[in-house]
Amino acid sequence: MTTSTKETLSHLDWLESEAIHILREVAGQCSNPVLLFSGGKDSLCILRLAEKAFRPGRFPFPLMHIDTGHNYKEVIDFRDQRAAELGERLIVRSVEDSMKRGTVVLKSPDEPRNKHQSVTLLEAIEEHGFDCCIGGARRDEEKARAKERIMSFRDEFGQWDPKNQRPELWNLYNARSHKGENIRAFPISNWTEMDVWQYIEREKLALPSIYFAHQRDIVMRSGAIVPVNVPLASGDVINAPKPGEEVINMQVRFRTVGDITCTAPVPSDADDISKIVLETATTTITERGATRLDDQTSDASMEQRKKEGYF
Amino acid sequence: MDAMNKPHNDSLLRFMTCGSVDDGKSTLIGRLLFDTKTILADTLTHIERTSKKRGMEAVDLSLLTDGLQAEREQGITIDVAYRYFSTGTRKYIIADAPGHEQYTRNMVTAASTANLAIILIDARKGVLTQTRRHSYLAHLVRIPHIVVAVNKMDLANYDQAVFDKIRADYLAFAEQIGLQREGHDIQFIPMSALNGDMIVDRGDAMPWYTGPTMLETLEAAPPAHSEHDEPFRLPVQFVCRPHASDDPELHDYRGFMGRIEAGEIAVGDAVTALPSGQSSRVKTIELGNVQMQRAITEQSVTLLLEDEIDISRGDMLVKTGQAPEPVKQIEAMVCWLSETPLSTARTYIVRHTTRESKAKVSEISYRVDVNTTEHLPAQGLNMNDIAKVTFKLAQPLMVDPYKVSRPTGAFILIDESTNNTVGAGMIEA
Repeated sequence: MTTSTKETLSHLDWLESEAIHILREVAGQCSNPVLLFSGGKDSLCILRLAEKAFRPGRFPFPLMHIDTGHNYKEVIDFRDQRAAELGERLIVRSVEDSMKRGTVVLKSPDEPRNKHQSVTLLEAIEEHGFDCCIGGARRDEEKARAKERIMSFRDEFGQWDPKNQRPELWNLYNARSHKGENIRAFPISNWTEMDVWQYIEREKLALPSIYFAHQRDIVMRSGAIVPVNVPLASGDVINAPKPGEEVINMQVRFRTVGDITCTAPVPSDADDISKIVLETATTTITERGATRLDDQTSDASMEQRKKEGYF
Repeated sequence: MDAMNKPHNDSLLRFMTCGSVDDGKSTLIGRLLFDTKTILADTLTHIERTSKKRGMEAVDLSLLTDGLQAEREQGITIDVAYRYFSTGTRKYIIADAPGHEQYTRNMVTAASTANLAIILIDARKGVLTQTRRHSYLAHLVRIPHIVVAVNKMDLANYDQAVFDKIRADYLAFAEQIGLQREGHDIQFIPMSALNGDMIVDRGDAMPWYTGPTMLETLEAAPPAHSEHDEPFRLPVQFVCRPHASDDPELHDYRGFMGRIEAGEIAVGDAVTALPSGQSSRVKTIELGNVQMQRAITEQSVTLLLEDEIDISRGDMLVKTGQAPEPVKQIEAMVCWLSETPLSTARTYIVRHTTRESKAKVSEISYRVDVNTTEHLPAQGLNMNDIAKVTFKLAQPLMVDPYKVSRPTGAFILIDESTNNTVGAGMIEA
């Protein structure tokens, strides 16, 4: 065996290169893909990867956001601004439209809308005839995701069947689907939260302001920090404190952004990316554990939602 | 800050673990994650709760790799799971595959992306049938580095004689299947995943062992593509022609996009496009909006050529003079992945690099007993079977022998009616 040590890629370059390869495979194999873009940090990384994969050409897919109507205004504004800067087409489909159509029925007006995104997503897939949705999910996020394929097959009901997944070997991805079926492609499957922040730092990516430490009115509710009196892009204000709850003004940041009703901030004084990288390296709580109010119900809650067509 | 937790990494290693829960595989992975501080407090609290609920006294680190609901119900691991951890110097991707015979296909899947395999042996049981199976598969899929982890040394009184005997037995078996002869590097580590001996910390129990710990071994393992010179191979994924652009400079832009699967390329190098055989020189190498003088293996780049030649997705760029012959027949070792048996009457799709061809079986030479490596006659193939198969191809493929180049020697078989991936192949000739 030779002992020569040829130059190889750094871990971040390797992850970047793998993700670019996956995006180009989607473009090469699928006839009508779409990139799911929320304005969150993972999907912002994917936008940068798509630039590296396809520029100076245009992206071979539009961007799409499934809006619950309960997203932070800062993130929605950032989403629109970023799509405009890139000159790429942004499709927005709203859970509230599904509610008007009667395809989403909330159990109560304040029920979190996160899981209902699946319905709106499936409706949008059907409307546009998309055969592949590119998403920012990572295998390190949650244990149901640890076994997810990079190209994940969904049947015509959008269902993920963990017992019936296509084997995925080498970097030979199989993104074939019949009409009505769908592939979910996850270019940053192999990234961890730390990799994402290191990439954001290296690429100097701009982020919505709520990722950085800021002052915010919150209440403590069953041990979680719950933001209250949050203004929406629509002008409405949601999450009024419940009677008897004490509103505290706290310095916080979001590790993950999503529907307001199920995403909690963490106390932090990290006001720039390098401080966030440092904080991520020394944190003692997982990203979802700290910040997702919807995954704590049972061991299998993410798995269940994925089976029902979630990203 | 803890030295293990520095947000700084230089390289990446993908490895797999072979063994069953009984060998302490999940405990080993749990231990690696735990001792490198990858496990965070809330996850630990969670598994503490689960351990108690299941009536265990100590925290069961194997719960860290607990998988899907269906698997928990059956108490087994069905599918390959991917785990991540990072040290000060390296990022690791673990492919955690179930070890049982009926999951051969999952082991092959996990092995396909690994550059190192940890083969677990229970110190009390020694080299078993499953050890042979795991080693044969690691050999078949050409994982260059094999680490034989002799686990549960705590239950064998940390006795050096036990370790030495297992090492001798394994080496005798390795000689039989030609592991070292064919370039695999084999190392042995005595350990106790349960107590953490020789995983990240050495512990005090085995002063007679002076070799590296598991983590030291992982830290020192060469990354993929670092040990041999390989011929340049760039399968074209996508052609960028932004002619609708307002920028007149882009009017003639033709970028050939793909990942360098092997070798290196520099501006000015003579290249040939396959299968057409037309040649040109590299004018520009781009990654995003950065121009580079050269690019190395595993980099996703865009190449612009001096001359206008017709190249599309599925073609391959190679250095002129290093071109593989396009072939219309391949002999390969195939692992059958599907519950539906292989039919010699049917046509399948071979996907090789970014290229596809229809394919028909012309011969099944033999099937391999993965436990004894014995060759057996075979008419068809069932799930988990491994066999030598010859295919006739409708379109030429530009292939290398798998043992020379894994990325350009590998292919998958797709069933056209279901679109399922039904087979994995490694080209011999």
